[in-house]
Amino acid sequence: MKYIDEFRQGRLATQLAEAIQHTARADRQYRLMEFCGGHTHAIFRYGVQDLMPENVKYIHGPGCPVCVLPIGRIDSAIHLLENHDVILCSYGDLLRVPASQRQSLLKARAAGADIRMVYSTQDALKISRDNPTREVVFFAIGFETTTPPTAVAIKQAQGEDIKNFSVYCNHVLTPAALKSLLELPEDHIYGKTLVDGFLGPSHVSSIIGSRPYEYFTRTYHKPIVIAGFEPLDVMQSTLMLIRQLNEGRYEVENEYTRAVTYEGNQKAQALMAEVFELRDSFEWRGLGNVAHSALKIRSDYAMFDSEQRFSIPTSRAAEIKGCECPAILRGARLPTDCKLFGSVCRPDNPMGACMVSSEGSCAAYWSYGRFRQSQTVSGVESVA
Amino acid sequence: MCLAIPARIISIDSATDMATVSLADIEKQVSLALVSDVAIGDYVLVHVGYALNKISIEEAEKTLAMFAEAGLIGAQP
Amino acid sequence: MSVVIKRFPVKLDIRNGVVDLTYGSGGRAMAQLIEELFHKHLDNELLRQANDQAAFDVSAGRMVMSTDAHVISPLIFPGGDIGSLSVHGTINDVAMAGARPLYLSASFILEEGFPLIDLDRIVASMGKAASAANVPVVTGDTKVVERGKGDGVFITTTGVGVVPKGVNISGDRAQPGDVILVNGSIGDHGVAIMSSRENLEFTTRLESDSAALHELVAAMLEAVPDIHCLRDPTRGGLATTLNELAYQSGVGMKLKESAIPIKNAVVAACELLGLDPLYVANEGKLICICAEEHAQDLLQVMQQHPLGKKAAIIGRVHEDPNSFVQMETRFGGSRIVDWLVGEPLPRIC
Repeated sequence: MKYIDEFRQGRLATQLAEAIQHTARADRQYRLMEFCGGHTHAIFRYGVQDLMPENVKYIHGPGCPVCVLPIGRIDSAIHLLENHDVILCSYGDLLRVPASQRQSLLKARAAGADIRMVYSTQDALKISRDNPTREVVFFAIGFETTTPPTAVAIKQAQGEDIKNFSVYCNHVLTPAALKSLLELPEDHIYGKTLVDGFLGPSHVSSIIGSRPYEYFTRTYHKPIVIAGFEPLDVMQSTLMLIRQLNEGRYEVENEYTRAVTYEGNQKAQALMAEVFELRDSFEWRGLGNVAHSALKIRSDYAMFDSEQRFSIPTSRAAEIKGCECPAILRGARLPTDCKLFGSVCRPDNPMGACMVSSEGSCAAYWSYGRFRQSQTVSGVESVA
Repeated sequence: MCLAIPARIISIDSATDMATVSLADIEKQVSLALVSDVAIGDYVLVHVGYALNKISIEEAEKTLAMFAEAGLIGAQP
Repeated sequence: MSVVIKRFPVKLDIRNGVVDLTYGSGGRAMAQLIEELFHKHLDNELLRQANDQAAFDVSAGRMVMSTDAHVISPLIFPGGDIGSLSVHGTINDVAMAGARPLYLSASFILEEGFPLIDLDRIVASMGKAASAANVPVVTGDTKVVERGKGDGVFITTTGVGVVPKGVNISGDRAQPGDVILVNGSIGDHGVAIMSSRENLEFTTRLESDSAALHELVAAMLEAVPDIHCLRDPTRGGLATTLNELAYQSGVGMKLKESAIPIKNAVVAACELLGLDPLYVANEGKLICICAEEHAQDLLQVMQQHPLGKKAAIIGRVHEDPNSFVQMETRFGGSRIVDWLVGEPLPRIC
């Protein structure tokens, strides 16, 4: 497969691994946070960590939109289903996330709710057209990669005068999350996240461009390298971060030049701006309430906003007792630090979103890496 | 949400703003609503049924060359 | 001269007719369905006897019996249908014990309203598969459920077979040092099915690999009677089946990703949908575990058979109290290949 296989060549991996071994200085740690669920997945699936020297560690950040969605929002969706006869359309990942009272969308479906898994917002629009007498709600989640498709769907619904389609909007913004992470105080509950540099998200960046990251390097003096999606991209970006740290630089570098430009995809940005506006505040799992970090649908498109169409109560749900998702999402703890990990909480019985989503740290640790005997990050010792 | 895959455009339907893309032996319909100036033969990133961006072939080659170069530097004592 | 009254006043309207509740009630309608549709395609001596059961002699030795229900949707897919699948699937389950499959039974649960023309096609396909494999369907059953209570048709097939002397194949026989082989590319069936599912639409020339493996197994056993394990990786894919075997035998496994045969189309479809091909279903593949000294012989025999042309050695068995299945990635790193959890929902992230 062109532009995929070339970026997965084992031979180049060996060379890059050697370059990293040579370049990383033995006298310091390199704690690199990767922000994109796809990066977490690539690192685990290809075993990239195995090719790194001991002092280069990846920390998994809140780059998984399924993981950062607070439980309360799923409770609200389930409440909507219980009180209205709607068809709820959702991406697959979301179906198994545990909500309050051991509920989930999948369980709600088993109990009779009409919940349909879709691959694309286009599918949700089709369901709306095919079922004109029923209300169709699309459960929108995702960072800036997935937001433009939702914007297109809303505009298309308006253009076609579709009267039974609306969106339950939970789109979140990457720069706000990054800012929130960098400003986290040390917290005796959640611990402290020590991060030296960031691997920037691949496809979010292809939409927003590399420009928004300049604020962060300037303000927080930590380097950011926007990394492509494939394992070789991750390794090359790691090398670039190590070089920056060695040289005391803190710049925005772009490794993923084949898909990311300075300005990004302006057509997509314009569409997003047309349909969405900032929420004052939105709750993130693991980060608490973050200002200007999420989107809601503009009043011009109010008829496509599920929260306007239906009365959906806001739900504040408590975290499951013992679940360390919030700390893990911030990179302050490892999955193996969580008492529930592997005992009660496993992929077939997930207690928190980090174990459900295949991008979540816990699921990745469990499914790909639990044969490793020990891991050390920021002095936190644990046995995998 | 990042899973986006490069695929090649093999046909375009301007009326519906859709394209057929091909990846190895698989063909899929995607929306072109988020991109402009694409032509048959171009590679685009595909995500949840949409083309997100065009892949720059020039930059792809440069990146691959960069990997190889890094490897050489690593090999030096 | 006496006139023989026609058994059934009107011939079954296969082209336009549908299943109705009388076809399952045990009366004339059912008898007509059986005679004019089922027997037409599944014809063999035992079935023609039209008893409620089939009686046959068995040779002395060990017998194997296996059963499988088929609820696949869509009913018809590239490379097969629920009919051929139900024949191949049960033949394979019997063959995985090293047994020679002898006979099949088939029970149908039909939904009221199901078009007879589709049923005819499915049963014809079963007949073809059964006679190609030389394993006849000798007895069967038909029931009809109300509209809405079934998915068109469900088929359960049961198979019996006989195990040759000296063959002792079991999931708990894998030992450290053993070699793991497969007979060809993985993930074909699952991807072919998905390509026909409505909202995951993509087009491909890829077909299901649904096939009867008993003759391949017979050839393998002739070359190497002492095969330790055989299993076909159906639902849950290669990964799940290997985990089952590892767990049953109390051993660990190490695979080499670059050695696992997989078609480009399968890789591409899995990339697009965010699925791991190791967890995608197969219907014409088997996993074989044998002692190291027999591996090359087995590989050769498999490669000479039409259903084993792409056979390969994909890994080895070692000691491991945790029974982990690990894999050396194409990249040089290592990862666990875990059991499948839940349904493989396509990933977007």
